[in-house]
Amino acid sequence: MTKMKVEVLDRRQFVIAAGASATALIAGFTGAANATPEKAMEYMTKLTNGGVAKAMDGKIKVDLPEIAENGNTVPVKVSVESDMSADDYVKTVHLISEGNPAPEMASFHFTPASGRANAAARMRLAKTQNVVGIAEMSDGKIYMSKTQVKVTIGGCGG
Amino acid sequence: MTKMTILKRSKLLAAALGGMMIGFGTANTVVADDLAAFKVGDKHSGYVYTAKETRALQDDDFENPAMLWVEEGEALWSKAGPNGKSCASCHEDAAAMKGVAAVYPKYDAKNKKMINIEQMINREIVEKTGGKALKWESKPLLALTAFVSLQSRGMPVAVKTDGEAAPFLAKGKAFFYKRRGQLDMACKHCHEDNAGNMIRADLLSQGQANGFPTYRLKWQKIGSLHRRFRGCNKNIRAKPFKAGSDEYVNLELYVKSRGAGLNMEAPSVRR
Amino acid sequence: MAKARVKAPKKAKAGDIVTIKTLITHKMESGRRKNKKTGELIPRHIIDKFTAKFNGTEFFSADWHGAVSANPYMSFSYKAEKSGEFEFIWHDEKGEETVKKSKITVA
Repeated sequence: MTKMKVEVLDRRQFVIAAGASATALIAGFTGAANATPEKAMEYMTKLTNGGVAKAMDGKIKVDLPEIAENGNTVPVKVSVESDMSADDYVKTVHLISEGNPAPEMASFHFTPASGRANAAARMRLAKTQNVVGIAEMSDGKIYMSKTQVKVTIGGCGG
Repeated sequence: MTKMTILKRSKLLAAALGGMMIGFGTANTVVADDLAAFKVGDKHSGYVYTAKETRALQDDDFENPAMLWVEEGEALWSKAGPNGKSCASCHEDAAAMKGVAAVYPKYDAKNKKMINIEQMINREIVEKTGGKALKWESKPLLALTAFVSLQSRGMPVAVKTDGEAAPFLAKGKAFFYKRRGQLDMACKHCHEDNAGNMIRADLLSQGQANGFPTYRLKWQKIGSLHRRFRGCNKNIRAKPFKAGSDEYVNLELYVKSRGAGLNMEAPSVRR
Repeated sequence: MAKARVKAPKKAKAGDIVTIKTLITHKMESGRRKNKKTGELIPRHIIDKFTAKFNGTEFFSADWHGAVSANPYMSFSYKAEKSGEFEFIWHDEKGEETVKKSKITVA
């Protein structure tokens, strides 16, 4: 019986190792160095032509679960306070990741015909991280929010 | 194999499971009242162990990604096979499938063993439409299984376990309780002894089958119960059996009998 | 063409802000996954642009990157003013387009 050959201690170590290997398993995001808050800021600077340096708090709300059951599909809702009138509306909302392999996630472009600057989508999060939301207004003002999402890895190989 | 060693091994496993849980401890996140529809006595659907954002995906037929496969299944239902016949030719519309998935696996007099829903669909395709059997986990088979299973949604799981099915139920039950693999664990260690407890960051369910085929967030697509069996067996470093194998069909019968009375939820959404 | 579904109202009153929901089958292959058997990187293949038009005029669009989940869901709003037709276009990096249309009557 080959089972008996496995040392008791070895199996405990194996169990711990099996658990540890599970941490690498999020689909699509293996290996490569992940984005960092610095890389994210670099990307946001490019996106907003430097405008992000003057970003203010408020107006933009990014809804994310506190704990994402699976990083593959994390529902996200964005909403920005605005009448969406012809001379004062939200032009774009960007979602940026501080912990994925790449900072870019999605950008939503609105017009006054949107009625409301609301959007909902499902994103991939490679690990526990902050998701940054940026709203660019038609008058050039920029608003920013940061939300932390805890991403759990499954228990037994996921 | 001395008695001393056996004791050590099971103690180790308890320690290993306990060790895995110590990081998070027991977390009874099973909420009482609003989940009444997902419980029958002590039997709890996997829905009960699922995060609320994931449940929200299942609750809305538009938002449920699994419905994309159901739509595909609906189209295939009326698609003619090589001999010109489609499912619709004999069964007419989907309503004919009401209650069907809820009672599978069934005893098959022809092969003198249990037959499950995917195998039945393939039998019909081959014998009645002249087509080739669809590969397990292929898009068309998943789509048809999802479409057929949806017709039993809301109906209680009601597999027949007596008469000719009894010896196969016994085999499935033996599988559920047998230790296997390098981790030397049985289904029961997680899904009976520790349902409702955390295994690292995952909340263990009872391993019920009423939601399959399911859209698993991990798979980013819909998948069959046997795919999940294979995954679970691989997780404990046991050699997985083939999808559609006698072992898994018998296990499916037993697992469904454990969930008898729970509402069919296919196609569900799980993590 | 991928399989898409759209939930948009068929009727509305002028001035109503309606919610439109869309879902499409697509692997959204990020280009970072490896083939388990060969170890090679699976090439990137994602939908990179979603556009919503009304009577030919774009009112909402989205740029998608590899971080968008498989089988992407997208919901957004529209302020109904007059009757007409919505057009929803998913464009993937290989140049393939999926289009869905939906009519609305605005009183």
